[in-house]
Amino acid sequence: MTSPNEEEKRPENEKKEKRPKIPRQPMHGQDPAVRIRNFDEVPYGYTDELAKLESSRCIQCKKPFCIEGCPVRIDIPLFIKKIKEGDILEAARVIKRDNCLPAICGRVCPQEDQCEKVCIVGKKEESVAIGRLERYVADYEAKHGRFEMPEMAPKTGRKVAIVGSGPGGLACAGELIKMGHDVTVFEALHKPGGVLVYGIPEFRLPKAIVQREVDYLANLGVKFMMNFVVGKIRTVDELMEKDGYEAIFLANGAGLPIFMNIPGENLNGVYSANEYLTRSNLMKAYKFPDYDTPIKRWKNVAVIGGGNVAMDGVRTARRLGADNAYIIYRRSHNEMPARKEEIEHAEEEGIQFRMLTNPIRILGNKDGWVRGIECIKMELGEPDESGRRRPVPIKGSEFEIEIDAVVMAIGSGSNPLVASTTPDLKVNKWGNIIVDREKTGRTSKKGVFAGGDIVTGAATVILAMGAGRNVAGAINEYLVYKAIGW
Amino acid sequence: MYEIVEKKVWFNEIKEFKIKAPLIAEKQKAGQFVIIRINENGERIPLTIAHKDLDNGTINLLFQEVGKTTMDLGRLNKGDFIMDISGPLGTPTHIERYGIVVCIGGGIGVAPLHPIVRAMKSAGNNVISIIGARTKGILIYEDLMRATSNELLITTDDGSYGRHGFVTDELKNLIDVRKIPINLVVAIGPPIMMKMVCRVTEPYKIKTIVSLNTIMVDGTGMCGACRVSVGGRTRFVCVDGPEFDGHQVDFDEMIQRQRQYLTEEKIAVERCKHK
Repeated sequence: MTSPNEEEKRPENEKKEKRPKIPRQPMHGQDPAVRIRNFDEVPYGYTDELAKLESSRCIQCKKPFCIEGCPVRIDIPLFIKKIKEGDILEAARVIKRDNCLPAICGRVCPQEDQCEKVCIVGKKEESVAIGRLERYVADYEAKHGRFEMPEMAPKTGRKVAIVGSGPGGLACAGELIKMGHDVTVFEALHKPGGVLVYGIPEFRLPKAIVQREVDYLANLGVKFMMNFVVGKIRTVDELMEKDGYEAIFLANGAGLPIFMNIPGENLNGVYSANEYLTRSNLMKAYKFPDYDTPIKRWKNVAVIGGGNVAMDGVRTARRLGADNAYIIYRRSHNEMPARKEEIEHAEEEGIQFRMLTNPIRILGNKDGWVRGIECIKMELGEPDESGRRRPVPIKGSEFEIEIDAVVMAIGSGSNPLVASTTPDLKVNKWGNIIVDREKTGRTSKKGVFAGGDIVTGAATVILAMGAGRNVAGAINEYLVYKAIGW
Repeated sequence: MYEIVEKKVWFNEIKEFKIKAPLIAEKQKAGQFVIIRINENGERIPLTIAHKDLDNGTINLLFQEVGKTTMDLGRLNKGDFIMDISGPLGTPTHIERYGIVVCIGGGIGVAPLHPIVRAMKSAGNNVISIIGARTKGILIYEDLMRATSNELLITTDDGSYGRHGFVTDELKNLIDVRKIPINLVVAIGPPIMMKMVCRVTEPYKIKTIVSLNTIMVDGTGMCGACRVSVGGRTRFVCVDGPEFDGHQVDFDEMIQRQRQYLTEEKIAVERCKHK
C-alpha cells in the first residue's frame, strides 16, 4: 500500500561521484489510487528510524540560516540535535518555545520557501527535511508526552478578547494566557480553528490535531465562545465598554470570497472555494447523508486558481468522485503559489493541470446548471508588480471545457463585518486593517490590535501565527503601561 | 447549547419554539435571522426570528418541516437543546416613518413579518397587513397581527377564510379600488409570492422590500452560497440582506439557486422518515 515519494530516487547518481551520503528521507503515504477514494491524511509521517536518519543529515551550522528562514525563529538545529540524541520530548519543548502549533505547521508550512530554502545542506544536495521532522516531533509528543503545564505568570485579572480562533488567534491566546491574562476567544462558527477547520481538508490536516491544540489552550485556561459573530452579537466597542475587555486582538482572517466577475457565476454548480471547502471540511458533507450538509459529487470539476486553496479544492473534488478534476490557472506551472508538495500530491492523484488558461465565461444549460467553461489561452509577458511575468490573453484562442461545476479559488478578501461595525478602526482600500507595525499590530483604535490575514491579506498559517505571538507581546506591554497610568 | 423552553404546534408541520438565548435577544432587531445547527451531524440553516422577549432572554423561531433538518427540529420538545445558534445575523429592516406601510406575509413568512409590523407601527406608520395561507387551518399569527396592525386583511387560496384568493388580490384592491396612497410595501413569503407582489407594485412605483431566504452555510459573508443578483449586481443575502428592493431582485435566478440540493434533500428526508 505504501509508495515511496519520488525524492527517494533522486540522489542515486550523486552517490557515485561523492562520498556516500544519507539521502533526504522520504515520507511514506497512502497510494494515490487508494487515497483518492478517502479523506484520510495522505502522508504517514516519519517512523522513529527515518526521523533519526534524517536528523543525522543536519550539519549543525554555526550560523544557522534555517532559523532566519523561519517566520517564528524556531531553534531548528537544536531541536534536530535532540532528535538525533533520541530525546524527542525535549525536541518538542524546544519547538514549543517559539511555535505553539508544531503539528499544524509541520504539515502546512511552505518549508521549501522558508527554512528548507536556506538550509546549507540544500546547497549541494537536498535540504534537511525540517518540516517533516517538526511534524514527527509534534506527533511523537502527542502520543507519548504528558500534558505539561508551561510556566505561567501570576494571574493579572486583565481581560483580553481575541476575535477569531484561526492560527493567529490561537497563537495569541497561548501567549497571553501564559502571561497571566484572562483570555477569551470569540469564534463566529460552531467549531474553533478558523481556516484550519473550515478551509484545510482532513487529508492534509486531520481535524483531531486542531482539536488537540485547542484543548491544550483550554487546559491552560483560555475560554472559547462559539457562534459569536463579533460585529453582530457584540461590537468591538461593546466588548470593551460593556463586557470589560481591556484589549482586543482582531484575527478574523480573510473571510470574503472573491469571484471573477465573469458571466455565468451565479449558475448552479459554481462555488467559492470557501463554500466548497466549508461544506466538505467543517460540515463533513463528504460523509453525506450520515452528516446532514449536502455536497454534489460532480464528475467533471474545474477549480480556478493555483494556490494551496485551489489544490485543496481540486483534490476534494477528486475524492468526491470527479473523473476529470482540473486546475485552471492563468500563469504557468512555475508561478503557481501552492506548496510544492501539494502540487506533487495533486499530480499523483490525476489532477489535470490547464496552465496559461483563463476562464472568460461559464456556460449554463437551460435549467441554469453549469455545462462548461469558456477559456482563453494565455502567454507570459513582462513581469508585473509581483515580479512574476504577467499573463496576457492570446487573441482568438478561446476554447471550451465541458464541466459540471466550477470552484473559484482565486483568493480571499477581508470580511468587512468587524471593521464596518467599529467606527474608528482604519482600513486600507482592500479592507485590511491598518496597523502601525506588524510586530505590534496596534490599530488606529486604542486597545485594539490586529494581525494575520485581516492585516496582510490572505497569507499562510505560520505568518498568522507569528503575528499572533508578536501581538501578544504588544498587548501585554499595553496592559502593563495602562496599569501604571500611561 | 440553547434550551427550548416552550413548544407550540401550530399545525402538523408548522411549529414554534421559544428558546433561551439572552445575548441574541438583547441584540435582535426586526428583519434579522439566526443560523442553527441541531447536533454534531447537523447542517446549518437560517431561520428568521419571530419574537423576542428581553425580560426572559428568549427568542421565538417558527418553522415549517420541509427538509430533514426542519423535521429533526420538529421532533425536539420543551427541555431539549439546540446545539448551536448564531445570530442575530443580517442587516435589520430599515425602519422610519414612511406614512402608509403595507406588510404582506404568506405562509410562515408571517412570523418574521410580525416584528417588522411592530417596529413600523412604533415608528408612527399606518400599517395595513395582508396575510395569506393555502387554507384556514394553517394560517398563523392572526391575533398578533391584528393587535399590531392598524388593519388586517386575510386571504386563503381555497376561500376557507377571509378573501378567496391571493395576497396580491388584496393588494390590488388597496391600490386600485380603495386608492390608498401606499408609501411602502414589505413582503415576506414564498419566492413566487414576493415576485408577484413586486409585479403588482412596480407599475405604480411603490417601493417594495422583500426578505429573501436562500441557502446559507456560515451566514457571515464568508461562503457566498446565498448570492443573488440585485439590480445586476451580485449581493450576499446573509450580510447585504436579507431584505432588498424587490423590484431589483432576480427572482428567477434565486428560485433556481434554491433548488440546488433538492436531490440530496430527498435522500435525507427518506432516511429521516425511516428512522
